[in-house]
Amino acid sequence: MSGSAQADIRTRLQEWLPKLVLAPSFAVTLFFVYGFILFTILLSFTGSKMLPLWTFVGWKNYRSLWALDNWHTAIANIGVFASLYIGFSMAIGLMLAIFLDQKIRGEGMLRPIYLYPMALSFIVTGTAWKWFLDPGIGLEHILQQWGWTSFQFGWIKDGRYAIYCIVLAAVWQTSGFVMSMFLAGLRGIDNEILKAAQIDGASTWQLYRRIVIPLLRPAFMSAFVILAHLAVKSYDLVIALTGGGPGRDTELPATFMYSYTFTRNQMGIGASSAVIMLMTVAAIMVPYIYAELKEKK
Amino acid sequence: MRGFFGKAVTAAAILAMTTSLARATDVEVLHWWTSGGEAAALNVLKDMLKGEGIGWVDMPVAGGGGEAAMTTLKARVNAGDPPTAVQMLGFDIQDWAEQGALGNLDDVAAKEGWDKVIPQAIQRFAKYDGHWVAAPVNLHSTNWVWINKAALDKTGLAAPTTWDELVAVLDKMKADGITPIAHGGQPWQDATMFDSLVLAEGVDFYKKAFVDLDPAALGGSQMAEAFNRLIKLSSYLDANFSNRDWNLASAMVIKGDAGMQFMGDWAKGEFLKAGQKPGTDFVCIRFPGTQGAVAFNSDEFAMFKVGDDKKAAQEAMASAIESPKFQSAFNVVKGSVPARTDVPDTAFDDCGKKGIADLAEANAKGTLVGSMAQGHAAPAAIKNAEYDIVTGAMNGKYKDGAEAAKALADAIAAAK
Amino acid sequence: MSAVTQDTAVSTGRIARVFFYLILVLFALFYMLPLYVMAVNSLKPLSEITGGNMMALPRVWTLEAWASAWSTAQIGVEPTGLRPYFLNSILMVVPAVAISTVLGALNGYILTKWRFRGDNWVFGLMLFSCFIPFQIVLIPMAVTLGKLRLAGSVPGLVLVHVVYGLGFTTLYFRNYYAAFPTELVRAAQIDGAGFFRIFWRILLPVSGPIAVVSVIWQFTNIWNDFLFGASFGGTSQPMTVALNNLVQSSTGVKEYNVHFAGAILAALPTLFVYIVAGRYFVRGLMAGSVKG
Repeated sequence: MSGSAQADIRTRLQEWLPKLVLAPSFAVTLFFVYGFILFTILLSFTGSKMLPLWTFVGWKNYRSLWALDNWHTAIANIGVFASLYIGFSMAIGLMLAIFLDQKIRGEGMLRPIYLYPMALSFIVTGTAWKWFLDPGIGLEHILQQWGWTSFQFGWIKDGRYAIYCIVLAAVWQTSGFVMSMFLAGLRGIDNEILKAAQIDGASTWQLYRRIVIPLLRPAFMSAFVILAHLAVKSYDLVIALTGGGPGRDTELPATFMYSYTFTRNQMGIGASSAVIMLMTVAAIMVPYIYAELKEKK
Repeated sequence: MRGFFGKAVTAAAILAMTTSLARATDVEVLHWWTSGGEAAALNVLKDMLKGEGIGWVDMPVAGGGGEAAMTTLKARVNAGDPPTAVQMLGFDIQDWAEQGALGNLDDVAAKEGWDKVIPQAIQRFAKYDGHWVAAPVNLHSTNWVWINKAALDKTGLAAPTTWDELVAVLDKMKADGITPIAHGGQPWQDATMFDSLVLAEGVDFYKKAFVDLDPAALGGSQMAEAFNRLIKLSSYLDANFSNRDWNLASAMVIKGDAGMQFMGDWAKGEFLKAGQKPGTDFVCIRFPGTQGAVAFNSDEFAMFKVGDDKKAAQEAMASAIESPKFQSAFNVVKGSVPARTDVPDTAFDDCGKKGIADLAEANAKGTLVGSMAQGHAAPAAIKNAEYDIVTGAMNGKYKDGAEAAKALADAIAAAK
Repeated sequence: MSAVTQDTAVSTGRIARVFFYLILVLFALFYMLPLYVMAVNSLKPLSEITGGNMMALPRVWTLEAWASAWSTAQIGVEPTGLRPYFLNSILMVVPAVAISTVLGALNGYILTKWRFRGDNWVFGLMLFSCFIPFQIVLIPMAVTLGKLRLAGSVPGLVLVHVVYGLGFTTLYFRNYYAAFPTELVRAAQIDGAGFFRIFWRILLPVSGPIAVVSVIWQFTNIWNDFLFGASFGGTSQPMTVALNNLVQSSTGVKEYNVHFAGAILAALPTLFVYIVAGRYFVRGLMAGSVKG
């Protein structure tokens, strides 16, 4: 009798245990993420300047926001930056992972080399990049010294191209990490599946296209989320490389948000730009996440 | 794994308990003076306080000319744990005072007679609603020109005193094969240069446009003229000026690659550290057309509201900051001039002596104006709106000065 | 067993292999370039940097910049170098990485093997939390930490980093465990194994590669974070704040050699984690144990 009751409690506990273990994580996420998002949404309708101030002004901040040149620049830049950055990082990461997975001698040495850029704080690495891209002392200068006098590379000083320099440095920083995600994915694939396909006469190309890459779907999802998040949050990179210049030509939403919230003391506008960013990210990510998760069922 | 983890948590907990919950006799100071010379200068203050048995809890957060420190400050205040004293500039002090976050230094100020020795223009920022809330450390001024003496001699011309003379010198330098103007294309540097150009249009105009924010002045013909001159000056830069640090621009002048730099008096430190002597290796003049006027910014320590137990230490710190000994020692190193007008100039070099004399003159004549670029003419939102337009003009965004002036009037109206 | 020891299953020709090596080495050079610039210049005296070629090897080799960055460079009013700040960072980063990784693993395990109604919602919400811009967090977080009396302390910083790392660690582990056969878990359940026992004995042993990814990610982000460290670190400021103070000076000579030396010093712990953790990228670790 008591034995079975005890067993009953234990089964019930076993049923509840997973939810209990998950609950704290979920609760802090609700509070520290969604609670704070709600706070920001409210803030975006207030006339807050230096600190939060709860006087509501309706849609005024949003109207001011869309009247600002800087904001339009930031929006245009994030489009260019995010698509190129995510595209290149994924392509390079996947390529390197597949190549490294071919029983390459020296993998142990190459892997940390690919990964290390992530380890360096951009506070200083930015200086190295800034020098390297600077026509006066960097690549252009050196190649000209070596005799290629017609060589020109002044993108970072040109408002039209400076954003591509930021893409370059950003890809440099994270593509190695994306490689490691794909490599982990590749190494999680059961070799038997590959062998079977090879026995069936599939070429290497077909093997990867038809079997391996579809199996890497979760890795793609992780990589995409990571890269998209980094693209949206890119701040250090811009500050270190161009300081948002030439002029304001490399302003991104993250730098915009920071400067209006904290240095320009226009917190209301800063909050409204954050809300728009979050909405945009949601509009892109939610359908994607939904599709990915639905597939799994 | 579990053992290690456990230890780490314990260690963290112990650390959290022991890390200096600042004692009542300590001052906790948030600042961004981290370079060698500045820190050495602050150490004078630290040692003076130590002599009175007051400890110094250091909270340095450098970056962006104090922007990073101001962000940290917002977090600290919102967490209900403000530092004792915070290095601050211009309108930030007024903003914090408006929030009711600052303490009151009236007792010290009255005892030591600050009202008499500190220029009104600085009091405008150090006092809120008639009460002292901050202790001014120094006075920097932005309308300086730093010229390489050899390059100037080569032109055969005298140091310029008018716009036309300036253009003549620049043209000659260009013909001599050097970059006439060393400049760093960062918004605040562009704006620093622009301060001088607007001031050259007249002190009254400067006040009307940048302090009173009069739309007619902001969008008018004199502003258009200032912008045209800025665009003219931008034609004397090298191709790589964008996002260059100001000290690298100074280095170009020191090495003789460039002729001159328009920059605040902190640039002097670069010249001195490179072993150059004022008068023989480099020349310091006021921007042509701004002689007799001083566009200033002042570093101050804003004093936050603290418990009564800490009040004594805070007042002692304020008193030490205003002591002539610290004022002289600090400003000799920093390149600025003392915030009080009664400090002897014996320890200062020629440029420093000139700065002190200029300040006294400008203070007497009412030509001491707050620098827009350094946040001493208008609040942060306005200042940054001005940055946007000025940096745009530097980078060829507007076809002429009139268009830029109109954009400036619009941007400032929107930011008000 | 053969799958593990033998080869990559995908065989490739000789020409292709030469091509692979070529590309891999070219990319290695690309990745190394900035490090080369930093390392070379950190070994020069300052005069050689300001006057010379950034790619050139030092004419005078010197470790002075390194010594300075480590122990004598001016950080605040004290010329302490970066040394004392390492401990602050380590005391923060170790618990934060450990807690967020363990929680992420458990969450991933629950979300794939103990599915319940609405689990995808829970996951979706946690995933989207990755995108919250830290700038908007600052003020409400300061208020919350102040209320919890954790502001300006290491536990406060650990809490912040765990909270904003959970989305990522959960994502990693969930996607990794999603490919793990659920039948094995069911079988173990039938054998009477409980929630934690299954996790400990079946999932954890195969989690090497993804734990590595998660640890690398969290360690890197937390170690290199500046905004939270500067805002909530109080007097136990982490490394990055010190490094930033070293590098950013409003006035005064910029000692680039010391900056570069400091940046490399500051990155050493992360590099150490990469090299050690990299050993656990063992091919077929998962497949091998699945076939057990």
